[in-house]
Amino acid sequence: MGITNSSVGKKAASGFEIKKTDEKTFTVALAGNPNVGKSTVFNALTGMNQHTGNWPGKTVSNAVGYCSTKKRSYMFVDIPGTYSLMAHSAEEEIARNYICFGSPDAVVVVCDATCLERNMNLVLQTMEISKNVIVCINLMDEANRKGIKINIGMLSQRLGVSVIGVTASKKKSLSVLLSALDNLESGNYYKIDYPEPVEKAVNIIEKNIPEEVKKKINPRWMSLRLIDSDLSLESEIDKHSGGFAENAELCLAVSKAKAILDKSGFYPEKVCDAVASSLLSKAHEICSGAVEIKESYSKTDRRFDKILTSRLTGYPVMILMLIMIFWLTVTGANYPSQLLSDFLFGIQDKLSELFYALNSPQWLHDCLVLGVYRVLAWVISVMLPPMAIFFPLFSLLEDSGYLPRVAYNLDKPFRLCNACGKQALTMCMGFGCNAAGVVGCRIIDSPRERLLAILTNSLVPCNGKFPTLITIITVFFIGTSSGLFSSVASAAALTAVIVLGVLMTFAATKLLSETVLKGVPSSFTLELPPYRKPKIAETLVRSIFDRALFVLGRAAAVAAPAGLIIWLLANISTGDSNILGILSDFLDPFARLMGLDGVILIAFILGFPANEIVIPIMLMAYFSLGSLPDLGTSAEIGALLIENGWTKATALCMILFSLMHWPCSTTLITVKKETGSIKYTLLAAALPTLMGVIACMITAEFCRVTGFC
Amino acid sequence: MKKLISMDKIKPNEKATVRRIETCGSIRRRLMDIGLAENSQIECVGRSPMGDPSAYLICGAVVAIRKSDCSKIYVEV
Repeated sequence: MGITNSSVGKKAASGFEIKKTDEKTFTVALAGNPNVGKSTVFNALTGMNQHTGNWPGKTVSNAVGYCSTKKRSYMFVDIPGTYSLMAHSAEEEIARNYICFGSPDAVVVVCDATCLERNMNLVLQTMEISKNVIVCINLMDEANRKGIKINIGMLSQRLGVSVIGVTASKKKSLSVLLSALDNLESGNYYKIDYPEPVEKAVNIIEKNIPEEVKKKINPRWMSLRLIDSDLSLESEIDKHSGGFAENAELCLAVSKAKAILDKSGFYPEKVCDAVASSLLSKAHEICSGAVEIKESYSKTDRRFDKILTSRLTGYPVMILMLIMIFWLTVTGANYPSQLLSDFLFGIQDKLSELFYALNSPQWLHDCLVLGVYRVLAWVISVMLPPMAIFFPLFSLLEDSGYLPRVAYNLDKPFRLCNACGKQALTMCMGFGCNAAGVVGCRIIDSPRERLLAILTNSLVPCNGKFPTLITIITVFFIGTSSGLFSSVASAAALTAVIVLGVLMTFAATKLLSETVLKGVPSSFTLELPPYRKPKIAETLVRSIFDRALFVLGRAAAVAAPAGLIIWLLANISTGDSNILGILSDFLDPFARLMGLDGVILIAFILGFPANEIVIPIMLMAYFSLGSLPDLGTSAEIGALLIENGWTKATALCMILFSLMHWPCSTTLITVKKETGSIKYTLLAAALPTLMGVIACMITAEFCRVTGFC
Repeated sequence: MKKLISMDKIKPNEKATVRRIETCGSIRRRLMDIGLAENSQIECVGRSPMGDPSAYLICGAVVAIRKSDCSKIYVEV
């Protein structure tokens, strides 16, 4: 749910081109397994706010940050987390290409102290490529707590590079890393011994690698990759060192080497295995004796898992958790919303006085104050409080490590739709912002499954839809009386709507995988990280400033012009009626079929840039003067809606259409960037819209026939 | 030598040693990356609510793997 400029903005889908600011800057790549706290290290070093969370794949785009010591200035590049550099997923390819061809001056491999042996695999692979490696073991405090002892000196000696232990969440501990960087000296490539036939083959190729290539790339490593027939790498090498394909000697050597391997029974797959298991056993060898693990170190985690993922309690706990979050959001937001609204509409009166004092024309006052300002005030007072509560709560959940468990719980149903459990993670990101959710789909390896997740992401309501849903639910279904019962009921109803959204996601995924995106589910591995106690104070500040205000700013930027447009539409008249009236009359017949009316449909259409403004626009349009009335309480809103012919059936259809209609413009732009295809972008818009229209029509018809609602 | 069973058959809280991996394709490599190779020690730590996937402790980390992906991995309990 990383909603920042870089995740929904221009930078989100840009490639991986990083240029030094000047020659003196020392570039440092931060590599590491997923979820080892690379982004935390990055933030602590550079003072930036790359979003962090306790689940693998959090960093999907690359960030660059700067910091300097007395000795020199550093540029840090946070590359996506990978388990290996063999490049079988997009992230791995990015990581490998950057370490290999981006020629960073140093590579810091960030490791997780609690599972060092597995991390060592990546350390070794990196050391085969780069001569300037520093191993930074993070989460030392957590390892300590779990009774894991790490002999850093011994590791450093065995690896031949500097190894340092840090706790990235404590900024001070990172000074050791900086001084290690200051004193970094170029070493040698790490040599791993492979089975004899592989060594023989490597030797043959190595001799034929041109000298100028040898300067840039470890010839031994390159030879290994060449017998591995790694096509993506071959083309990359071609790009960077030129003319690999035309180098006849080298090509001959490669085929000779492959023949030798074949003769000794080392078929391509066996070579792969041999290379991988050599790395693993080396990693094991290096860690044995240097890392001491107590047998029972993860007992508490397993106990939590028992509650959160067991057959009996797994799903109920998930639902309860949602209800609780929404309950806190709904009740917590009520009072501050009222205060903000009083305050902002108080300012409006002052603004009016100011306009009159300046003798400004009436129309200018009306369109700026009654049009622009009122919509803005409404959006802020209705949106800010729930967001300021929802985002931190969600961040806490994210930091705790619960989200991967959600993906774990939901993998089976997703697999039945021929998709992948990781889609649950992207779905959760969608709660915050669908655009961020769409970017997050990069964590899914299989392109087909990634597309499924992208196309269905907008079926979970984003934060911007919550105010609409909450308002309608309170006004029409729960009643506006305050009290514990009604607030719990609203939260439960909102949860029900979300669950419906999730069910619709399953339906849409199944539909797509049976038609446009046919295929069988690919394989799936998902790491379930240790639970971590989130840092409450920091999370609060971070999520309010980084996320809530950012999203609010975007909504406000859209709300202001939308307010102006709706005011103009309502106030420019041709003949007897204003433009708004003409438009809504035009849409009305179709909207009626869906149980809505023309005004609601216009509000949705004008709300295309941001879902947050749908309700304010609708209310403004109803208010025949074309400006938003002072509607402080939900009861007043309810009265206005009923006056305009709303029934429970209208409200039900409104909820359905709000849940399922075209994604906002930002999301669609992101879909276009991520898929690179107009066709899929249109599909991403058409699919939820069609589902919404159909659902609304059925509901409306059902209500008409049965007289229900 | 003890009898080998496929990895999806081991029960929660049971430990085993990997003996043979017959899984093919990209998943084979992925499993190796996370430390699942011949002779590595694993432990099943739980199943998801619908019985699949299951969670395994591999190389100090807990990883969820589907039944279909580990049915061709043979282990010795």
